Amino acid sequence: MKQYLTLSEVQSDLRSGALRLGGLVDHYLCKIEDNRHLNAFLEVWPEEAHERAEEITQKMNAGTAGRLAGLVLGIKDNICYKGHEVSGSSLILKGFKSLYSSTVVDRLLKEDAIIIGRLNCDEFAMGSSNENSAYGAVLNPVDLTRVSGGSSGGSAVAVAAGLCLAALGSDTGGSIRQPASLNGIVGLKPTYGRVSRYGLLAYASSFDVIGPMTHTVEDAALLLEVMAGSDKKDSTTSSIKTDTYSKMLDFKGKARIAYIKECLDSPGLNAEVRSRTEEIIDGLRTEGHTVEAVDFPLLEYMVPTYYVLTTAEASSNLARYDGIHFGYRSSGAAGIESTYTKSRSEGFGGEVKRRIMLGTFVLSSGYYDAYYGRAQKVRRILKERTDEILSRYDFIILPTTTNEAFKIGENIKDPITMYLEDIYTVQANLVGVPGISIPLGKKKSGMPFGIQLMAGRFEEARLLAFSDYLMKTFGRQ
Amino acid sequence: MIPCCPHNTEAKMKINHETVERIAELARLDYSGEAADEIMNDMNKMLDFVDKLKELDTEGVEPLIFMTEETNVLRTDEVEAEITQAEALSNAPKKDMYYFRVPKVIKQQ
Repeated sequence: MKQYLTLSEVQSDLRSGALRLGGLVDHYLCKIEDNRHLNAFLEVWPEEAHERAEEITQKMNAGTAGRLAGLVLGIKDNICYKGHEVSGSSLILKGFKSLYSSTVVDRLLKEDAIIIGRLNCDEFAMGSSNENSAYGAVLNPVDLTRVSGGSSGGSAVAVAAGLCLAALGSDTGGSIRQPASLNGIVGLKPTYGRVSRYGLLAYASSFDVIGPMTHTVEDAALLLEVMAGSDKKDSTTSSIKTDTYSKMLDFKGKARIAYIKECLDSPGLNAEVRSRTEEIIDGLRTEGHTVEAVDFPLLEYMVPTYYVLTTAEASSNLARYDGIHFGYRSSGAAGIESTYTKSRSEGFGGEVKRRIMLGTFVLSSGYYDAYYGRAQKVRRILKERTDEILSRYDFIILPTTTNEAFKIGENIKDPITMYLEDIYTVQANLVGVPGISIPLGKKKSGMPFGIQLMAGRFEEARLLAFSDYLMKTFGRQ
Repeated sequence: MIPCCPHNTEAKMKINHETVERIAELARLDYSGEAADEIMNDMNKMLDFVDKLKELDTEGVEPLIFMTEETNVLRTDEVEAEITQAEALSNAPKKDMYYFRVPKVIKQQ
């Protein structure tokens, strides 16, 4: 079967009769089976996918099918789907079945998407390599000795390796964009509050956002269009009206683009990634756009701010895993305190515990002001400075990652090296703006990497249109 | 309380075993033996890393707490039966017909 890259192709083949939806589902199930070694899917739901395919085919014949008819999609293992297991790739939630569906799942199903299974990720979305999953690392399909990136590693690999057409990820500090970059696909982190977090296992609530991972900007736009918008079950969703993003992809006029000098001058940036970024900057100028360097002397404060705030929020959010109401309970516990402590100590993995410990520390009496309070102030400084740049420019352009995917095991020993993996992506989460990784780079080694764009809050329509233009102008054909 | 000051004059915070123990108790986590040494070292590394923030002058800056610009998002408080008791109990590691079961809290005399 041909390798579909975008939903409109699938839909046109379904309409012409060249493709049957049941056949497409079978195709993806075979691909998933053939690629089990990649460890992308934790579970697949074949019967249900077939039932849905039949139902949707009838709707298509009757002309009543939704906008996503024909879309076969995987969801990250931290997004709730009623009656299905969701574990955050953690032992503490092994076997947990969700009692309700997340708002995004409800909205996708309503438009006739088929959810084929759940995808491996770093435990509770904490990590940049998928090596923190209780179910093991996800392998990079281009080079099996390399990481998938993370935390939405399974989602990125499933799309890149053609195991499903699109996937959902979640992004707290780069967890959609970084693996998208390392696997050569599109990954969109929407504006904070654009997409409901209801039914997303919480990591850091003032950062978390769900977003699409796809081959094309067009599909990312369509998925956002379906998922976005206010939700009475998440009071942090915005009431600002959403757009029909997929119909607004025609970018007209000239853009004003900033690049952050400190990002390109960073000693950690790989030379090939730097020169490709510069090549695109030059190309944009040739096309008549304005691209200018801006100073952002706060670059090195971003990851520390991110870690203080997200670990603090995580320590609070993960307090719910207590071994009592749901999830894993240690059999060795006697009494209530020991049930909590032993269940949590045995159920959580090392990195999650490390972050809970740091988060508990920065929130503890005597240290709150020095760490947590200070980081909240720095967050405002970062936001004001970024807003100021985005008031003068339409977009900020920068690499998504400093390099190609690293080797499995390479960074696992040193948490700080791993944290610095997020250096270019945390800004969008810290300040709440949308960011997208576009697959425009490939190293001589053959490994892909992405170029990132950020825009002002709720400027997704322009961001996606310009991303589509970038793909068409600078993409590899 | 560690004093906040724009100039990095204070000594670097060092986490000792006593702090690890206190924080682990608050977090309901258990670290003993080698694991306690390891987490102490990791936390010290992480704190060295985030201590960078002390270089910035944050005098007079309001902390950024809410990421949304919406204020007072309210809805009517309506009672809805979203799940049944059996559903609520369905994921519990130990339960009976009506209750979550926990290990004995009070010891027999």
